[in-house]
Amino acid sequence: MQIQAEERGWLRLRNAFSTLMENRNFLGFLLVIPAEAILFIFLAYPFILGLWLGFTDTVIGRKGDFIGVGNYVSLLKDSTFWLVTYNTFLYTIVAVLFKAILGFVLAIILNRDFKAKGLVRAIILLPWIIPTALSAIVFWWLYDSTFSAISWSLIKMGLINHKIDFLGDPTNARISLIVANVWRGIPFFTIGLLAGLQTIDPTLYEAAAIDGAGSWKRFRRITLPLILPLLAVITTFSTIWTFGDFQLVWVITKGGPANATHLFGTLSFQRAIPGGHFGEGAAISNFILPILVLCVLISFKYLKRED
Amino acid sequence: MIESFWSKFFRFYVPLIIFVIFLLFPFYWMFNTSLKPMKELYNLKLNPFYVHQPTLENMKTLLFDTIFLRWMYNTFFVAILSTAISLGASLLAAYAIQRLKFKTSGPTGLAIFFGYLIPPTILFIPLATIIFDLRLWDSLWSLVLTYPTFLIPFCTWLLMGYFKSIPKEMEECAMIDGASRLRVFWRIVIPLCLPGIFSAGIFAFTLSWNEFLYALAFISTTESKTVPIGLVTELVRGDVYHWGPLMTGALLASVPVALVYSFFVEHYVAGLTGALKE
Repeated sequence: MQIQAEERGWLRLRNAFSTLMENRNFLGFLLVIPAEAILFIFLAYPFILGLWLGFTDTVIGRKGDFIGVGNYVSLLKDSTFWLVTYNTFLYTIVAVLFKAILGFVLAIILNRDFKAKGLVRAIILLPWIIPTALSAIVFWWLYDSTFSAISWSLIKMGLINHKIDFLGDPTNARISLIVANVWRGIPFFTIGLLAGLQTIDPTLYEAAAIDGAGSWKRFRRITLPLILPLLAVITTFSTIWTFGDFQLVWVITKGGPANATHLFGTLSFQRAIPGGHFGEGAAISNFILPILVLCVLISFKYLKRED
Repeated sequence: MIESFWSKFFRFYVPLIIFVIFLLFPFYWMFNTSLKPMKELYNLKLNPFYVHQPTLENMKTLLFDTIFLRWMYNTFFVAILSTAISLGASLLAAYAIQRLKFKTSGPTGLAIFFGYLIPPTILFIPLATIIFDLRLWDSLWSLVLTYPTFLIPFCTWLLMGYFKSIPKEMEECAMIDGASRLRVFWRIVIPLCLPGIFSAGIFAFTLSWNEFLYALAFISTTESKTVPIGLVTELVRGDVYHWGPLMTGALLASVPVALVYSFFVEHYVAGLTGALKE
């Protein structure tokens, strides 16, 4: 008798369980647990912890104490920090602008039928696919002060008469890094925008052409307005990545010469990992947050509109 | 509209060729340098665009004088494990958010999406303290556990788009026939979504292969480094740059990614544009 009762109890439990598994809310909640657990422990928690660390004097291997806005005050008095802020904005604005323009131009060039279209599209995505640290090594070698192939070619062409000091001069170093960043970022813009361009109805252009609109006018009045939401989303993504960039700078210049190419990312790394000052490093990287929030709001607005 | 040959030539071929050369030149340079012997690299009289005496000397140095193969193995290890973890978690999450439409699925999806927007630059310092507390410092497991933070948002997002594109009818039929939701998920949804799972997988693999900042911050022993970190930190000693082996290493480390990419290029383009349009 008792065994039967036990069995019945177990059966009831199993039924209750399978009913529960059919419940959308319960099952949905259950299925997102693995993803949410990982993201909570290694993304949300560190995110909050980073905000906290910025207010402490934590150094590597030792729990720090709360020091209020001490880190921020000392950073605002630090001329290196102001230089780095300037560098980060300059780098982001110029690089994103060039990536957007050149990426858009290339997307327009590719938005037509030609023989090797698939192949060209595949080749074009390569700079974005290949590990950035590895392509950064190539740029580093191309920017070598003595053996640069760029200097060699320009001298042979008679355009310059002595070698360019790519990474030793602040302005040159900034330009060199921006070129490398633009090189890496064009494909993302091109492939993304190309997908958008292909959804534009070609009859719109035909109608406009019949009405006598020139190619510039067609671009201004048809292409641009239709592609704008997508362009905004892509630009937002690119801005976030460029603003928080690290590897290109770390590999090619390590922030030099004289901090002229240090970004928030590289400076916070330098102070936190080799330097051991976690609190100060966290405070520096927290300066990325306002831009991040702004970008998220913008992308959110455009994503909403598309729904 | 018919355009003349010259108009097409100047408005299409010339700019296209300039772009292609600009985008491919660094790869040519990688290849070119990797084949050059030391004395040719540092001879300014020779034309650097041409390899006069190709050699495999750099390859030999890289494979026998450094632990390049060990770094490759480490990178594979981390990329495969973190991809597997992320794919599993994302598949469940994407199905739940897109198909089950449970009470908070909207906000959950949005929260996961925003996770993708947080750059590693903000996270690596607090993550370093967490890794330290977990005693995973200098261990490859620190990377296996942290890479899913950018892989899961990306894969979930991509898979949600994919779920949206496949019809619901088959799942509904199976459920009318009495199959449980989990059975439907296992027997119908997963097989139908294989192409989507596949593109998410190759994307995740390349993203973890390319990761740099966490690997640089959390790993310091030479034997535990991943390829990008190993090359950048171990082949440059003080002022001595081993350009030949460096370029060979960059070339070889790009090969797995380039191979995956060349086989599945359509998946990439579809995945990227799908993810953007979502």
